[in-house]
Amino acid sequence: MPSGSSDALITANGLVKRFGDFVAVDGIDVEVRRGESFGFLGPNGAGKSSTMRMIGCVSPVTDGHLSIFGLDPARDGKQIRARMGVVPQLDQLDEQLTVQDNMVIYGRYFDIPRDECRRRTAELLEFVQLSDRAESRIEPLSGGMKRRVTIARSLINEPELLLLDEPTTGLDPQARHVLWDRLYRLKQQGVTLVLTTHYMDEAEQLCDRLVVMDGGRIVAQGSPRELITTHSTREVLELRYPAGTNDERSGDVLGIGDRSEVLPDRVLIYADNGEAALAEVHARGSYPESALVRRSSLEDVFLRLTGRTLVD
Amino acid sequence: MSTPAAVRVWESHFTLYRTIWRSNVLGAVLQPFLYLLGMGLGVGALVNSNDSSEQLLDGLTYFQFLAPGLMATTAMMISAQESLWPVMGGFKWQRTFHAQAASPLSPGEITGGLALWQTTRSVISVTGVAAVLALFAATRTPGLLLAIPFGGLTGVAFAAPITAWSATRRSETSFPTILRFGIIPLFLFGGAFYPISQLPDWLEPIARVTPLWHGVELCRGAVHGRLGLVEAVGHCAVLTTFAIGGWIWSRREFGRRLSA
Repeated sequence: MPSGSSDALITANGLVKRFGDFVAVDGIDVEVRRGESFGFLGPNGAGKSSTMRMIGCVSPVTDGHLSIFGLDPARDGKQIRARMGVVPQLDQLDEQLTVQDNMVIYGRYFDIPRDECRRRTAELLEFVQLSDRAESRIEPLSGGMKRRVTIARSLINEPELLLLDEPTTGLDPQARHVLWDRLYRLKQQGVTLVLTTHYMDEAEQLCDRLVVMDGGRIVAQGSPRELITTHSTREVLELRYPAGTNDERSGDVLGIGDRSEVLPDRVLIYADNGEAALAEVHARGSYPESALVRRSSLEDVFLRLTGRTLVD
Repeated sequence: MSTPAAVRVWESHFTLYRTIWRSNVLGAVLQPFLYLLGMGLGVGALVNSNDSSEQLLDGLTYFQFLAPGLMATTAMMISAQESLWPVMGGFKWQRTFHAQAASPLSPGEITGGLALWQTTRSVISVTGVAAVLALFAATRTPGLLLAIPFGGLTGVAFAAPITAWSATRRSETSFPTILRFGIIPLFLFGGAFYPISQLPDWLEPIARVTPLWHGVELCRGAVHGRLGLVEAVGHCAVLTTFAIGGWIWSRREFGRRLSA
């Protein structure tokens, strides 16, 4: 388990968060190294956001050990917060104000002089491709644009560590790709990223390493690739039978591939060779309405580990 | 060179106010102006013709009696509203307080900046009313300037505890009730429109412990140069107690809510 190596930016040992009797985070061990992109993956209520709020030094640790930049959140919260940026789950922008005013106000919270705030604002808006919106109020902007303003704003103090709580939830695919691209660039510039997501594709796109959380605990960890090889097969065959008949038809495919999962809308067959598995299904005289062979994803890992799909 | 945290928080409230001040100021000036004309001149004509009024109003005309009290009532009204919905919004809608808490600011600094802003806001509203009073010879006195900080303090005495209370609420459904059954009765019974000696005996002591009555007495006394030192210190002490007590309570509630 985490030993606290010299380049560790965040170290958590036996970290616990309780709200009354409810245990939100149930003793997790995590180590995030400088320069990496680290993800907390899990469904709603898994304890991701509570963990993030403890790392963000706003929510006190109930039990266990947590250190960020080698500092103690309980004692040095102010110093830690001064060195990181936070992109919250819900945008916290003043809709009545312009993009620029939102940025400057936020920079002032960090005691950055006004002129410097304006200089950085111009730079950051260029980075998130919103330079032409500096004078626009927030209210008419699209969801994706607001998200980009929030990210630009979180960078105003030139943070070493950026916390992103579900950065692309609720955005359309195109807006998500724009955001991913910007976050990837930040990582290239050496900013350490810590994010939560319940999107498998997001975790695969952005994270070097991740932990899968469920019910306040870590159920698996590793790189996306490692998790897929350890907990899934190379390929997945998805079969769709006429509505409502999945259960009875699942008998048809019993024993094909490594294992199978019956979901309400489809049957999944885990196999290293999906085409061969499909050929076997056909050979047994079973003809689903549709069949699709795809690469295994973190979704499959999650399903394997928890027995549940990750739907919002 | 670093700026005190509360001032930097104040800047954000001020920036927002700059975008809405026009509509805001108009209302803040127009409303007391209408009261002054309607009550001061209309009802005043009736009151002044009554023989016992001279003694009851301590030699003031009804217009002179009423006008300074409106500085205190306006501060109360504006400050109460400023500490209800905007505070809820800071936690729930715009979530400004959460954004501030994610920065190096502490809950104490966040409430400090808010209190500083609410003080400013209260003084702005009182200054608007003072400008209206300066239009009339009957209330155009040097003491009008002294009444501005007194009126401002009255507003803060409301803003601080109401802010703390708002911070404990999860929903804004009870806010109109606070205005209807808390603020409006004070407006009517707090001594702005008639001396509280006119109230039923059981109501008079209640009026005396509310911040509004102290604010009204301070503003009226200041405008007409009738404020004794001991009396002034006493009224200010009550208002300051409400303000500081409310602020301490706010700090606690903000700390609790922001660090959940």
